[in-house]
Amino acid sequence: MTAATAPADFRTCPRTNLKIHAAADALIKANAVAATVALLIGGIAAILVLLTRWQAVHLLPADWFYRILTIHGMSMLIFFIIFFEMAILYFASAVVLNSRVATPRLGWVAFALMVLGALMTEATMWTGHADVLFTSYVPLQATSWFYLGVILFAVGALVVVFIFFGTLVVAKRERTYQGSVPLVTFGALTAAIIAFITLAHGAAIYIPTYLWSLGLMKVDPEVYRMVWWGLGHASQQINVAAMVSVWYLLGALTIGSVVLNEKVSRGAFALYILFISMASAHHLLVDPGLGSAWKIWNTSYFMYMAVLASMVHGFTVPAGLEVGQRARGLTKGMFEWLRKAPWGDPGFSAMIFSIVVFGFVGGITGVTFGTEQINIIAHNTLRIPGHFHATVVSGTALAFMGLTYYVIPLIFRRRIAFYSLAKIQPWLFAIGMLIFSLMMTFAGTFGVPRRHWDITFSGAPFDVQFNPAVNLVIGLMALGGLMAAVGGGIYILVTVWSVFFGERLPAGPLTGHGLPPGIATPPQPIPPGDHPKKATGTLVLVFVFLAAFIAYYFINWKLLSVVWRIG
Amino acid sequence: MHTGIDSPPRVWWLPLHGAERIWVTVAFAWCLVLFAMMPLWQLKGQQNPSGIRHKVEPTRYYQRVQEFIKQYQVGEEAGFPIVAPPPGSDVYLLAQMWKWTPILKLQKGVEYTLHLSALDVNHGFNLNPVNINFQVVPGYDYGLKIVPNAAGDFRIVCDEFCGIGHHTMVGKVIIVDSAAAPVAAPGGAP
Repeated sequence: MTAATAPADFRTCPRTNLKIHAAADALIKANAVAATVALLIGGIAAILVLLTRWQAVHLLPADWFYRILTIHGMSMLIFFIIFFEMAILYFASAVVLNSRVATPRLGWVAFALMVLGALMTEATMWTGHADVLFTSYVPLQATSWFYLGVILFAVGALVVVFIFFGTLVVAKRERTYQGSVPLVTFGALTAAIIAFITLAHGAAIYIPTYLWSLGLMKVDPEVYRMVWWGLGHASQQINVAAMVSVWYLLGALTIGSVVLNEKVSRGAFALYILFISMASAHHLLVDPGLGSAWKIWNTSYFMYMAVLASMVHGFTVPAGLEVGQRARGLTKGMFEWLRKAPWGDPGFSAMIFSIVVFGFVGGITGVTFGTEQINIIAHNTLRIPGHFHATVVSGTALAFMGLTYYVIPLIFRRRIAFYSLAKIQPWLFAIGMLIFSLMMTFAGTFGVPRRHWDITFSGAPFDVQFNPAVNLVIGLMALGGLMAAVGGGIYILVTVWSVFFGERLPAGPLTGHGLPPGIATPPQPIPPGDHPKKATGTLVLVFVFLAAFIAYYFINWKLLSVVWRIG
Repeated sequence: MHTGIDSPPRVWWLPLHGAERIWVTVAFAWCLVLFAMMPLWQLKGQQNPSGIRHKVEPTRYYQRVQEFIKQYQVGEEAGFPIVAPPPGSDVYLLAQMWKWTPILKLQKGVEYTLHLSALDVNHGFNLNPVNINFQVVPGYDYGLKIVPNAAGDFRIVCDEFCGIGHHTMVGKVIIVDSAAAPVAAPGGAP
């Protein structure tokens, strides 16, 4: 045994009995703190963007609006979410498998690179040297330092992906677990593989773009769009895979939900890996560079097999909750298992809202807008940000928030401060984001453009009149957004306060205040015996989902059929 | 039974149980419907983004738009030429920071081939209030066969960020009933 694996470097988690390597603890903490800082910056930017798009307030001037919008996109979609995912990769490898981190020192080098890259990028954006929005479409140009910052950040993330793979190898070789890796680790593995594919696309586009910004080569605008979205959209599938893993994880921690069928869940994860880089096509459906056969084949992820994967997880996760609850005696009727679930546990409520909003709003709108022809009435309108705020914010970010209420006691070993606020936080955030994303999508139905400072078009040569309903819808969107902002603010307050000023947990059993029920009163072990895998409640719910899906999908074909003939 | 953070039992390649089998089958069937709709709409539907696509030098496209304006101009509004090309013709629209040139005057119920391209950066064609959207990329000519289905005044909003004046980038399309349409003869001056 080397020094790195000496038992002194490990502690045993009192809740899960997992053996946690000190380096894993420290790297998880560092990445989680960095993620929260990025969330704070992105969140402040979000409020400023919202208060500008709300025409009644129209807060920022045009230059600062686009600057802050760029900052919002980069801070949230790149820095917050990837830092958090790095923490998840350390957790799902070293912690879940009782292993040491393969190369802790390299982990710190990667972290330093990511922080450096993030700071460099933030600096160029705040000083107005990169007003190019999140997508930085060529030939709109930012300073070279912007692209270099992104490259450094991505290299750091890539190193962490390799450390994750290395840790899996170490755990296997040192026999720290029995048999196959747990499902949560398998899900994180798919996220890591997708991250590798995605970051390869990132290198393939940001390195040429960096050289272009130095005047050393040319970059074709359409090729840029295609390869950039191989990063931009495929990276959202890292988020999906990580989020689904967190669903399984929170299900296990909060109510001891079971895995119905490893084959089905793992098969669904594998579908993500196989078809995900085709998602670039979603952004090119009404582009001049590509033909219909290419568009149809790619936008459908090989006949919607990645959509099938999400629909499968959308069933297996709640069905796992249901079967677990029923096995513990909550067998009455169709929905006792759900009614008597711990709705006051912020980890549980966040998980459920994440599943519901991701599926019903994010999933349905995503597939519909990603249809080749329907994209004509969706592309670059507010329908698109409406869609992805339902997936990546209400889905991924909310799931990560729920997980945080378990990370604080189990990894930071502190009690959760302001616990009563923490309990309502997922509710505020989820309902706010639900209203926000629905209204945003609805406004887009009237053709209201995204990424636009002023939809009264002051200074334009011709006036533009939107449907009068638009003002009301945008107002409601703003209210939903502000409600979510309050939820986000509470999350940051609770997290920062708990981590830096919170009460340390004593060694030994975890009891007392400031702990979610999944920790203070862990789910009872399932009594021995034969338990039927009955999931009728879930089956009813997924058919409600399917009905909503079918309705929305065909309503959009109807909306499309009345516009001008185009061919 | 085990949770997602436990290693599964040694043998986990097991058949699906009832509800799971039902859902996976139904979801798979729905995915096939989703897929079939797109080729089907290509055959039977009237709105498809296929178009005629080729690369074009931005300056060459700019010249083509100027020729087009010269050929069919019928008037001027707010400093923009109004152009009324004959039915069935190729129509050229130029996007640049931060204007759409020219103003198009087209007839209802008649087919035109609308060409879109940009001089400088990416722009977005958003026809208001119809809600038709296309990406306009410099270096690429996107030719779309269009048939306007209502008379009236329409606006083209730019829906791709193109710099500080993005919000002022509004163009105009006038659709007239075919019967009443004054159309310039080829080569005609305003």
